[in-house]
Amino acid sequence: MNSLFTPLSWDDTGYILTGIWNTITISVVAIVVGTLLGMVIGFARAESNRAVNVLFGGVLDVLRSVPLIIQLVLFSTFVGAIGYPLDPFVAGSIVLSLYTMAFMSEVFRGGFESVSQSMQTAARSLGMTYWQTIYHIRFPIGLRAVLPSWLGVALSVIKDSALVSVIGYMELLRTSEQLIGRTQQPLTILIGVGIFYFIISYPLSHYGRSLERKMAI
Amino acid sequence: MISVQNVHKSFGDLEVLKGVSLDVPNGEVVSVIGGSGSGKSTLLYCINAIESINSGKILVNDIDVHSKATNKDKLRQKLGMVFQQFNAFPHMTVLENAALAPRIVKKMSRDEAMEIAKKELEHVGLGDKFDVYPTRMSGGQQQRLAIARALAMKPDFMLLDEVTSALDPELVGEVLETLRLLAEEGMTMICVTHEMGFARDVSDRVAYFHQGVIAEIGEARQVINEPQNELTQKFLSKVR
Repeated sequence: MNSLFTPLSWDDTGYILTGIWNTITISVVAIVVGTLLGMVIGFARAESNRAVNVLFGGVLDVLRSVPLIIQLVLFSTFVGAIGYPLDPFVAGSIVLSLYTMAFMSEVFRGGFESVSQSMQTAARSLGMTYWQTIYHIRFPIGLRAVLPSWLGVALSVIKDSALVSVIGYMELLRTSEQLIGRTQQPLTILIGVGIFYFIISYPLSHYGRSLERKMAI
Repeated sequence: MISVQNVHKSFGDLEVLKGVSLDVPNGEVVSVIGGSGSGKSTLLYCINAIESINSGKILVNDIDVHSKATNKDKLRQKLGMVFQQFNAFPHMTVLENAALAPRIVKKMSRDEAMEIAKKELEHVGLGDKFDVYPTRMSGGQQQRLAIARALAMKPDFMLLDEVTSALDPELVGEVLETLRLLAEEGMTMICVTHEMGFARDVSDRVAYFHQGVIAEIGEARQVINEPQNELTQKFLSKVR
């Protein structure tokens, strides 16, 4: 047996679990932060005039169009170069959150714009204030409308989080690469990793579909 | 009382209201008829301060609607409005639709708001629909919900903007019947409508709008049956 390599064993479980845990952590951070920021920006874009939109739109277009892997490398190199090197988790969370925000903002904008002006006028005519109308009418109706698209973005963020490995974050893909290097068992490990991504993605999309059915009133 | 005094309103270069004056004392029902684009709906939107005005004055219960000092949200509580689109809130049951504004605008307790909502829903004949979602109802039922929702705020006036125009013909009757009931109870109403029969039978006066001015106004039966103005005669002969 080649002494350079050691086969996969139960002792690696902790290492793999760390990877899984880190993938979940950064995905949750990016989805939560990206959703909140995306909601605010999506609302601002639905409400504001052309000039603001063109400005916002340009930045968001860049975030959406430049491949995530390039954004990750550029950002972490840049903060390092100006003297503030960041922990890979922090740098990865920032970039992945902004990337998520860029997609989420479009999702939410569409949702808020789908609530007709006439519906909002009706609410105002009952004496509701601007913010009451937003809170009781526009948000709940808009958010229901975007649930399927929101879920689509969230699922792709979980998968895109694998790219944060390029700046040294020990998420699932990176731990598995290191295990592959040591064990030379790429097939077993990659199949295992693939199954894991499926295991967290599938229930989410399944749950989303049933939620959607429940809310389709 | 609602008092509209020489109101002008433009959208860009287009002047929609060219000096409209109209007094509606309490208890009166006024129907506003006229071709599309004649400014009749805009007048309702101006009374409710949904649209601003360029000049003139609108008084509701002696409050200057368009004065900067007027709290427009508070004012609108006195002015119930129903639209051509039903605008039922799709994420709430019928009962929640009607109870929402009393609860959050008037700060009533949940039970109190529900009580009022139930009463108004029964009033318009939706007593068996409390827990139904509005998208499951017919257009006529949704429009009656919109009326009950407005009534739950205990308004002094009702502004009705072509409330039967989006309805299938067989559903128009039930909504007009509800409005007739309100009129009999003494509600002060301004109805923009294309239903000439309703205008004649239910309202006290009828105003004919033509290109941003009231071309003729008078006792309902007289305006519909024996219009004095040539423009009114022409309009009525076309819609009959």
